[in-house]
Amino acid sequence: MTYGPHTSADRQHMLDALGIASIDALFADIPAQVRARGLDLPPPEDELSLARRMETLAGRNRVGPASFLGAGAYRHHIPPTVDQILSRGEFYTSYTPYQPEISQGTLQTIYEYQSVIAELTGLDVVSASHYDGGAATAEAALMTVRQTRRDRVLVSRAIHRHFLDTTTTYFEGGRLTLEELPTLADGTTNLEALERELADTARPVAGVLIGQPNAFGILEPMAEAGRLAHAAGALFVAVVEPISLAVLASPAEYDADIAVGEGQPLGIALQYGGPYLGILAAKADLVRQVPGRLVGRTTDIEGRRAFVMTLRAREQDIRRDKAASNICTNQALCALAATVYVATLGPHGLRDVAALGAARAYELEEALAAAGAPRVHDGAYLNEFAVRVPDARSVHASLLEHDILAGLPLADWYPDDPQVRDALLVCATEMTTSAEIERFAGALRQVLA
Amino acid sequence: MQVPEDLRYTPDHEWLRIEADEAVVGITEYAATELGDVVFVELPAPGMALEPAQSFGVIESVKTASDLYSPAAGEILTVNTALADKPELVNEDPYGDGWMIRMRLSDPDGVSASSERLMDAAAYRSLIEAG
Repeated sequence: MTYGPHTSADRQHMLDALGIASIDALFADIPAQVRARGLDLPPPEDELSLARRMETLAGRNRVGPASFLGAGAYRHHIPPTVDQILSRGEFYTSYTPYQPEISQGTLQTIYEYQSVIAELTGLDVVSASHYDGGAATAEAALMTVRQTRRDRVLVSRAIHRHFLDTTTTYFEGGRLTLEELPTLADGTTNLEALERELADTARPVAGVLIGQPNAFGILEPMAEAGRLAHAAGALFVAVVEPISLAVLASPAEYDADIAVGEGQPLGIALQYGGPYLGILAAKADLVRQVPGRLVGRTTDIEGRRAFVMTLRAREQDIRRDKAASNICTNQALCALAATVYVATLGPHGLRDVAALGAARAYELEEALAAAGAPRVHDGAYLNEFAVRVPDARSVHASLLEHDILAGLPLADWYPDDPQVRDALLVCATEMTTSAEIERFAGALRQVLA
Repeated sequence: MQVPEDLRYTPDHEWLRIEADEAVVGITEYAATELGDVVFVELPAPGMALEPAQSFGVIESVKTASDLYSPAAGEILTVNTALADKPELVNEDPYGDGWMIRMRLSDPDGVSASSERLMDAAAYRSLIEAG
């Protein structure tokens, strides 16, 4: 059975027009040994047995473990309003509107998303969203380069590893350099090293990127880092976790020029690799450097409120090679999820989520320390931190046998760092229960015994 | 359409007013009219070295965005900071308050003769009349 619309007569007609004997001739440039030779599929099955087979496969997923894994993707309660609104056909099936102004509803949701993130970050301008936190971070680094006309960016080694990897990729092959700043024993970025690098006037710095909280879960001295960056004429970029903004100082309060982050915690389900949501916000004077789409509010000829794509001349279909970015597909549906999530929870709800996570994390810290896994860094944290255990990888594997997902072995990210080579990065959110924490601590005692 | 006699013109519709070994650069009234309402002019920092036809900035209108090209070799002395708040000066007074950069010319003698790259008013007028 074929699912293609063309008959063999159609195909022969096309082959004749092309003057070739077979479809294979079209692929002659591909060496024969790397060409697919048909798919080795089992015989067809009826719907019932196929459903059974898929159920068996799904049954092999481990859904039971109590998860203490965060490391950039966080488990939160998602109110049913989020999926209810997302699954409306008007939102669910639409792609970036090519005649944008006719899609006032889509533009309004993007505008509201921008407004929500502007309120959380305290910054003036928010892009319509990016692929993920990594893409947003890389774009922010490039913004600092364009704005300052300098070529060197400093990034704390304690921003999310994947964000650093993505940024490194964006910086490859050109004149730009990306240099990592070391961290101190307490888990914060070494500001003396930052000051030293900024003082190298022969190689002026465009931007400084620091995470809040950072990849160890530790809270950084953002205001001081920003002051140092600004004193050297560099821009300051905060890589933030959005829910934390409900309780921590906003990027505007510590004078960050740009804030970026992964929007997944805002009502987006955990799933392999996404789709997630890249957040990017900036001060107004950087608006021409902001990549991707921006939605603005105006009035139509009858004086009614209307939404428009604005400052379009930054974009690739107009500026071509000089566009602010050529990797700027937005994630409108995920941005809508974030908007509905924040609107459903409201400011108090969002603060509760952040505060509950912090309270559970403190409970977790005490339980793990009592079970023999003390914290690695003594800097302040919000809801994620690293604990030291002997032989972290094997402890992690053993705990999985006890149905505990014991966070991330930090050796995955920092294989050469003796301080965290035997550390687990664990987190708690409002979803974490005291019973789960007790199970984790109990299992850890057994594994370490 | 004004094409002042005392200026030099590029095929990209910039004008150059030579003042001893310095020169002022802007875009022509024809260019400003074609662009429509100018909403933003991005200019470089003073001190930037320029080659002829090198892009030194961007002009953005409600319709499009275009690069600005240097008419001659030299170094940028000052830029018109008034355009940051009042980009409409480019439309209102393209040969006056709408100027963009003042530069020191590397070869002041070389730019005074009319050439394909740097036309006199008559040559530029026939260029825009030809469309």
